[in-house]
Amino acid sequence: MPKMYDTPLLDELEKGPWPSFVKEIKKCAAKNDMAADELGLLEKSYKTKIGYWKHGGIVGVRGYGGGVIGRYCSIPEEFPGVAHFHTVRINQPSAWFYTTDALRTICDIWDKYGSGLTNFHGSTGDMILLGTRTEALEDIFAELSSRGWDLGGSGSAMRTPSCCVGPARCEWANIDTLELCYQLTQEFQDELHRPAWPYKFKIKIAGCACDCVAAIARADCSIIGTWKGDIKINQDEVRNYVKNGFDIQKWVIDMCPTECMSWDGSTLTIDNANCNRCMHCISKMTKALKPGDEKGATICIGSKAPIVVGALLSWVIVPFIKVEKPYDEIKDLVRKMTEWWDENGKPRERIGEVIERVGMRSFLEYIGVPPQPQQVKEPRRDPFWFFTEEDIEKIKAKEAEEKKTGVYKF
Amino acid sequence: MSVPQRRTDIGPPHYEQFLPPIIKKNYGNWSYYQQLAPGVMVHVAESGDKIYSVRVGSPRLLATDTIREICSIADKYCDGYLRFTSRNNIEFLVTDESKLNPLQDELKSKGYAIGGIGYRVSNPVHTQGWVHCHSACTDASGLVKSIMDELFPYFCEKELPNKVRLAVACCVNMCGAVHCSDIAVVAVHTKVPQVDAEAFKNMCELPTTIASCPTGAISPDPATKSVKIKAEKCMYCGNCFTVCPAIPIKDAERDGVAIVVGGKVGNLRSNPKFSKMVIPYISNEPPRWPKAIAAIKLILETYAKDARKFERVGEWIERIGWERFFQLTGIEFTYQHIDDFTFARETFRTAATFKW
Repeated sequence: MPKMYDTPLLDELEKGPWPSFVKEIKKCAAKNDMAADELGLLEKSYKTKIGYWKHGGIVGVRGYGGGVIGRYCSIPEEFPGVAHFHTVRINQPSAWFYTTDALRTICDIWDKYGSGLTNFHGSTGDMILLGTRTEALEDIFAELSSRGWDLGGSGSAMRTPSCCVGPARCEWANIDTLELCYQLTQEFQDELHRPAWPYKFKIKIAGCACDCVAAIARADCSIIGTWKGDIKINQDEVRNYVKNGFDIQKWVIDMCPTECMSWDGSTLTIDNANCNRCMHCISKMTKALKPGDEKGATICIGSKAPIVVGALLSWVIVPFIKVEKPYDEIKDLVRKMTEWWDENGKPRERIGEVIERVGMRSFLEYIGVPPQPQQVKEPRRDPFWFFTEEDIEKIKAKEAEEKKTGVYKF
Repeated sequence: MSVPQRRTDIGPPHYEQFLPPIIKKNYGNWSYYQQLAPGVMVHVAESGDKIYSVRVGSPRLLATDTIREICSIADKYCDGYLRFTSRNNIEFLVTDESKLNPLQDELKSKGYAIGGIGYRVSNPVHTQGWVHCHSACTDASGLVKSIMDELFPYFCEKELPNKVRLAVACCVNMCGAVHCSDIAVVAVHTKVPQVDAEAFKNMCELPTTIASCPTGAISPDPATKSVKIKAEKCMYCGNCFTVCPAIPIKDAERDGVAIVVGGKVGNLRSNPKFSKMVIPYISNEPPRWPKAIAAIKLILETYAKDARKFERVGEWIERIGWERFFQLTGIEFTYQHIDDFTFARETFRTAATFKW
């Protein structure tokens, strides 16, 4: 029988309508020594208001440099069950779809070798198995991998890519987020399992600008589905919305950020050249409006949390790219981007920080993407810019041409 | 007992084997969706096929027993198919409409929280906290449980002007999406860390440690073969502790939480935004963090009352102005609110237009 702890503070968190994580820990603690000590340790933290975990140690499985995060308790003599309490990250399937058989397989393995505690899911998207001992890791990996599961990323490596529900259950998906996520994950298996980069590199794929996976904020490489061409309007459905009391003027026309829509009482008109594809109107009138036909993605780079000189949102690098199997163009682009970063980055420097330090030009030139106004909010406001000799030669040649033709080309 | 033969670099299983047949059939051909209840929606395909999703909240931290229970429910009503959302909700995928009500009845009888769809509070994204992290300065799970008990009606019933996305991070590393959430909690240190010179020699690297400090507060201390920290330059980010365990920064009485608001990730109407700090410090008060919960409720209810339909928290505040936000909420404005770090100059007001 696992040790029973008095947990008056945590018991408080079993009350109330929201599902209780304490009940979850207790379910495992009733039959597992590791989980029992996890419960006791957490109660101690609630009492003393401080944590008792040491920095991650280097543990893992043979041939891999990541996927397992070493975790040791700082007071193992008091809580021997959590002396080791390592995390195993399992690469989730695209968009977190499961069959019950698949989930039970994971549960069986985890009940056999671990604490029984999990996270569905971790912040990056992996299934997280919380709490096991170093000597169990090889067996866990063999059990998982022989049944078709692999470890996710950790450390200075490609992290497990993730994606939104996409075409599986969403009418706004401009790209096949699930397949692209799967293909990129497969393409970068070596980079994912063997940390060799300055720091972490995350990829998230959203099917549209609603961005349900927070790609723009939480991924070094944010791939966001979009389109070119006109929004498709079903005027009958528009009129149905209005007939049913939807205030199209107030809730759509007046809220359009580019003021590119108008409604004359019977017909909705969109000035598509001025639309910035924000998704407000489409999301509010889902039956009446659909994205245009030429689908693709915008690729943005650089977002990260604040450590250490401030949080970044990703910057538009490739305004539009076709997203078609076998996705060679995107794979090549990601490779070039990470090569440039690896070449220029200092230890623990994310790609966005390197672009800021070294310069956007160097990055764009290396990956072969030309400068475009879609990449910036506004052009520079300072008067300090660089020219290469080649830049000047090009301008001079253009001017010489103008002299001949008598037509200026700005 | 022998273990099976391991395989390496196989990657995740292909998602297709986990898709319900109706999704496989209508993949990429969905026409529209409708919300039927706070936790129920239907997606209708161009073929006319329908799939119902019933969303329930989860504490993210799940016991295998609970996963098995969820599986039994999905076997009974969903032919063994289910999914999780990017905010740790569970979605039961129902093809047979007649099973929709019995599924909800069973979920309710077993204590599951159905809701989180539409203009409501969804499940907060959060981090490990004291449960499992070495750099935590609070417990994320306890905060989330306390927040959601208090805001429960906004998950399972009451509507807001737009969706409200909450997050909790147990330190400034922000493994949760705190930096772009409508309302979020980030735990902070408030004390300069102490260097353990003896331990430093054995555990830490001098150049890495010095380079880790974003404000240049750390310099070598040749006398002790360690480093010293210039207190007035330190803003307690804890990055030195991350690279060097001999610089402990945790402090039971001084660690606490801050509240940030107004971030979003979607592009609808306005561009994605960072969250901005509105309350710099509230003491850790486990197990229920009553003051932090009261602050979140105050902000949420001020937004609910004052915002226009479809405005997110950040859009509402940008329309009324931050000075008005502080006035409406009654939150005190202090030196901590004025940025003195990387992005400071972008945040100072450069116009004569503001409100009293």
